[in-house]
Amino acid sequence: MAKTRYAPDRGLTARMTLTMFLLGVVFVAFITVLVLILGATNRVSSGGIVFIAVVVGLALGIGSFWYSDKIALSTAGAQVVTPQDGPQAARLHGIVDRLTALANMPKPRLAIAPSPMLNAFATGRNEKTSVLVATTGLLNSNLDDRELEAVLAHELSHVAHKDVAVMTIASFIGIIAGLLVRFAFYSELFGGGGRSNNNNNNGGALPVVLVVLVVGIVTYAVSFLLIRLLSRYRELAADRAGALLTGQPSALASALQKVSGSMNAIPTKDLRAAEPLNAFYFIPAFKKNEKGPSLNNLFSTHPSLERRLRQLSEISEQLSK
Amino acid sequence: MGFLDTILGRSKPAQPNLDELFSLPTAAITLEAGMNLKPTGTGSVCFRAAEGKAFGDIEKDVRELLSMGSGTGSVEVSTDSYGYTWLTCKHAPDDFEALVTDLHAVNSSLQTGGFGPQLLCTLVTFTSDTVHRLGIVYLYKQGTFYPFVPKTGQQRDNAVELQVRGAVGADLKIEPDLSRWFAVWGAPGL
Repeated sequence: MAKTRYAPDRGLTARMTLTMFLLGVVFVAFITVLVLILGATNRVSSGGIVFIAVVVGLALGIGSFWYSDKIALSTAGAQVVTPQDGPQAARLHGIVDRLTALANMPKPRLAIAPSPMLNAFATGRNEKTSVLVATTGLLNSNLDDRELEAVLAHELSHVAHKDVAVMTIASFIGIIAGLLVRFAFYSELFGGGGRSNNNNNNGGALPVVLVVLVVGIVTYAVSFLLIRLLSRYRELAADRAGALLTGQPSALASALQKVSGSMNAIPTKDLRAAEPLNAFYFIPAFKKNEKGPSLNNLFSTHPSLERRLRQLSEISEQLSK
Repeated sequence: MGFLDTILGRSKPAQPNLDELFSLPTAAITLEAGMNLKPTGTGSVCFRAAEGKAFGDIEKDVRELLSMGSGTGSVEVSTDSYGYTWLTCKHAPDDFEALVTDLHAVNSSLQTGGFGPQLLCTLVTFTSDTVHRLGIVYLYKQGTFYPFVPKTGQQRDNAVELQVRGAVGADLKIEPDLSRWFAVWGAPGL
């Protein structure tokens, strides 16, 4: 039996499992509390709010998941390219052909987005509809072939790990909690007055909506933090798988350094336009102005550059043994 | 990749399948009988070199092993524009078995050293009066073959490729997914 050099990162796996478990706990707790409240008060209007929130949340979640490739392509203004569409497209196809053959995975569609930012992202609900998008900025940049290959290997790992599906399911609870807060808030504003006239002797009318509001806010906040944490772990996992695929962790490290250096130099106008796609980017284009570095890390979709570089140098050491 | 591995984002590198390579000599006989295509005696193994000392050591060992091995063949190393390394073995055209044995020595050395996932493909070339060059490409991870016939100016002769697929379909496992038949322009021996 040939020896293997590819030890899985048990710590990362354990932390990711714990995060997903906690998300599940939040989900179950959220549903339980809602059922208890509604069961205790027997209020039709509150039940209606929850029902609508769940239905709209499901529709939004499934819709954005199902059309993730089309939404992302049109948001980024990207065009799907064939190898015949010029030298840049041929180069992109050549690199991805080889990477998918190395990884033994089906080749996703490739697209180029006209943007000066140095970035790439992958999206799509399954392997067939997956599309890998690179910006013209990335293709024209000073990244050499090895570094470009490392970036694309990172994105292919997102496809292999089905990160769009995982993150959609993970965000689902946050979407519902967020909608619930919004609906509860509106119903209190617009429906509250009339209802309190009808229910003068039933004092629990307004508090029920308030309790639902508070539960929704708490759930949203906790799940938001957990989803961001999960997103950072998925990025580290994609870095790891991408570096092992090419066998060149240092090329990914130098690409990360080059790309993150250029990100800070790009004017804000372009950055703001890119915000919706942020979570799928190789490097987030949009940095919120947080006060401290710790708070910034907590809300970030991507791990810090230092954290990513540290993991890559560990892999490099592992490969040299 | 299993469900749990997907959920936990821990894809394992794909291991190569080395055994199918030995069906090449039979296919070579079929190609010569059916389409008059003869081996050129050149074959190569293409892999993605990993960084670090460990891979360098193994690569050096392989080169030494091949150059002192059978004595009849020679070996060359080149790097293509995508950064992949090609180890090219040259033998007499009629000694096709020895060529395949050499190619197998390369990939089994890499795999024993733990670098099996770095193997991309192997390429053996054929020629005839009508077809200038035919490459039979072996995809290590899929364990399948496909034909590659370059024309001038980065064009492929798909008609001949499909004809070859029909000719050797019984001897070789041909890659059913045509999107995986990627072009290897400028590969050694083509």
